[in-house]
Amino acid sequence: MNKIKLLLVDDEKAFLDTITKRLEKRGMDVTAVYSGNEALAELETNNSIEVVILDVKMPQMDGIQTLAEIKKTFPLVEVIMLTGHATVETAIDGMKQGAFDYMMKPCDIDLLLNKAMGAADKKRLHEEKIMEARMKEITGRRI
Amino acid sequence: MENGSEDRTAFYQILTRKIRVLILIVSFLPMILTTGILFYRFHLAYTQKTQAHISELIQKHSDQIDTFLFEKLGNIKYLAHHFDRGQMSPKIFLKENFELLKADYGDVFTDVGLVDENGIQFAYEGPFKLENADYSKAKWFLEAREKPFYISDVFTGLRGHPHFIIAVKIKSDNTNFVLRSTVNFGAFNSMVENIHIGKTGFAFIINADSQLQTKRDIEFDPSVTASIVDRKLYKNDRPFFTKRQNASGDQYIIVSSMLKNIDWVMVFQQDLGDAFHDIRETQYLAMAIFMIGCVAILFVTVALPRSIVRLISRSDKKSEAMNKQVVESGRLATIGELAAGIAHEINNPVAIMVEEAGWIGDLLEDEDLKESENLDEFTRALDQIQTQGRRCKEITHKLLSFARKTDSTINDVQINDAILEIVSLTAQMAKYNNVTITTNLQDKIPYVKISLSELQQVILNLINNAIDAMKKEGGTIAIETAVSPVKENLLVVSIEDNGPGIPKDNLNRIFDPFFTTKPVGKGTGLGLSICYGIIQKMGGTIDVHSHVGVGTKFRIWIPFEDVTPKDKDDVPFNHKQKEKDDEQN
Repeated sequence: MNKIKLLLVDDEKAFLDTITKRLEKRGMDVTAVYSGNEALAELETNNSIEVVILDVKMPQMDGIQTLAEIKKTFPLVEVIMLTGHATVETAIDGMKQGAFDYMMKPCDIDLLLNKAMGAADKKRLHEEKIMEARMKEITGRRI
Repeated sequence: MENGSEDRTAFYQILTRKIRVLILIVSFLPMILTTGILFYRFHLAYTQKTQAHISELIQKHSDQIDTFLFEKLGNIKYLAHHFDRGQMSPKIFLKENFELLKADYGDVFTDVGLVDENGIQFAYEGPFKLENADYSKAKWFLEAREKPFYISDVFTGLRGHPHFIIAVKIKSDNTNFVLRSTVNFGAFNSMVENIHIGKTGFAFIINADSQLQTKRDIEFDPSVTASIVDRKLYKNDRPFFTKRQNASGDQYIIVSSMLKNIDWVMVFQQDLGDAFHDIRETQYLAMAIFMIGCVAILFVTVALPRSIVRLISRSDKKSEAMNKQVVESGRLATIGELAAGIAHEINNPVAIMVEEAGWIGDLLEDEDLKESENLDEFTRALDQIQTQGRRCKEITHKLLSFARKTDSTINDVQINDAILEIVSLTAQMAKYNNVTITTNLQDKIPYVKISLSELQQVILNLINNAIDAMKKEGGTIAIETAVSPVKENLLVVSIEDNGPGIPKDNLNRIFDPFFTTKPVGKGTGLGLSICYGIIQKMGGTIDVHSHVGVGTKFRIWIPFEDVTPKDKDDVPFNHKQKEKDDEQN
């Protein structure tokens, strides 16, 4: 199986850097950005990203807004919300808007890893189905 | 503040006055009008009725007497008409006819006689020896000589019982006779005497000189009947109605009717009070009811505004306290927000620290470092950092969950855990106040379906109250949970302190809203009433036992469903949740 391509979004640079290193050590392909806008820009240029891990509380564009943008522009990309306790309700909102799951900070690295893999699996399955459907369409057209 | 309360008092006084005036106007005016009009109408109708009744009676009787007189006069006239001096001796004529009259009318005619021009009765028939009696000076004779007939007034005369004389002039040849007959008035008398109305109503007959014609044994006061014997008064022969007053001030009603054949007047006289006895009684009754009404209105006028104003002032006070409470809860909410903010800010650095420690842990697994002689120490230190980080996380999460909104979402709650959480939160405050909290929680207590934060609010409130009460001397708070030994499916949580206790007078008021023993501004008096409301909502009950000097014990009874508890260590967040904006008390 290919390396899972992750995009980490958090304004807390120290946290982001460490968790990036830890995830990379566990065999992930991680890109880290520090704001919602950057995340959208990154998704624009790098369409191989499968899962976004998104902090809810960020200055300027917050997690929920970013999530909405991602789901609008890149509907197949899965998103895991990352939140402090105070914003659990926002995380629930996010789930309603199509986030794959949420996690509370400070989070257990292995749990995060599992969820990321689950999200990636879901995305890959989803894409396969789309591919199949498309193939059916093409073959169907020929007949 | 002083000014405000003075204004308020003045306002209440004005309000009281306004209500009073209004009540007086709207109740007295209609009452006076109604009573007055009704009474006046009734009085009028009743007076007319009484008057009509008496008039009718008098009219009837005077008609009867008229008829009687007319008849008797007719008899004598008839006799006179048939008397012929030449045919029969006067004596025999009288005798025959007198016998006929007796046969027809009994005692009515006492005697008959013929009187010549000079007043000498030359023929007589009757029980007395009145032959040749001289009537030349008698009034009736003088009158009868001038007129075709004459009816005399009643007099006792020589015989000692009342009678009157009917005299008819007879013109024969050149000489004039007068045929006279004495009529016994007894029958007549009884006819009038029988008229009795009420206690003082009686009838009599008077002549033109205001002399009684009927029996004299009645209280007859000529001043009362003065000047009523005047034919002008009796238009259409209708009875005449008037009110008179005698010398001593007694008032009478007088109903009189003039006889047609003679200048006699039949008079009915009755004491005014007696005649209108019924209306008087009604008057008194109406007056009494009116007075009672007045008293009632006055009472209401005094009492009602007072109680209304009292109610208003009480509700004013309540709303004031409510305002205070709103301000208070607003303040609490602000503090809550602040605490949440701080907790959140601390949460992030802690997260970083834990991550960094994790990263070091990851690196330690690299080959090179595995041989380091201090590896065990590194691992231990990292573990310690992880553990302490987790502790920090717990604290901040607890703080956040309390500082933030309480949610009334109903879940399966493990009561012991809920209590322990509160105890750990209040431990610090208890320590400062020299209070020890001990817990004795029953193992494997069933889950209850309630709102966790609401239950915690209640318990926190009770613990805070206990700590407040024991602030000075310190003491212990014992918290126990158990399944009720008496009733099925009931949990009991008891919170007992050994503080000063609650005085008996206050004991049954402590759950009342706004009841507080704390100084003004310190307590809202809402804490326990909110607790009460919450427990009621859970379907439970809360009670209190207290002895002054011994301590106070609150017990909360909560029902549970008898099911084997499921594993519910983590409250699932991906459930549909509803938030209620209850502020932390």
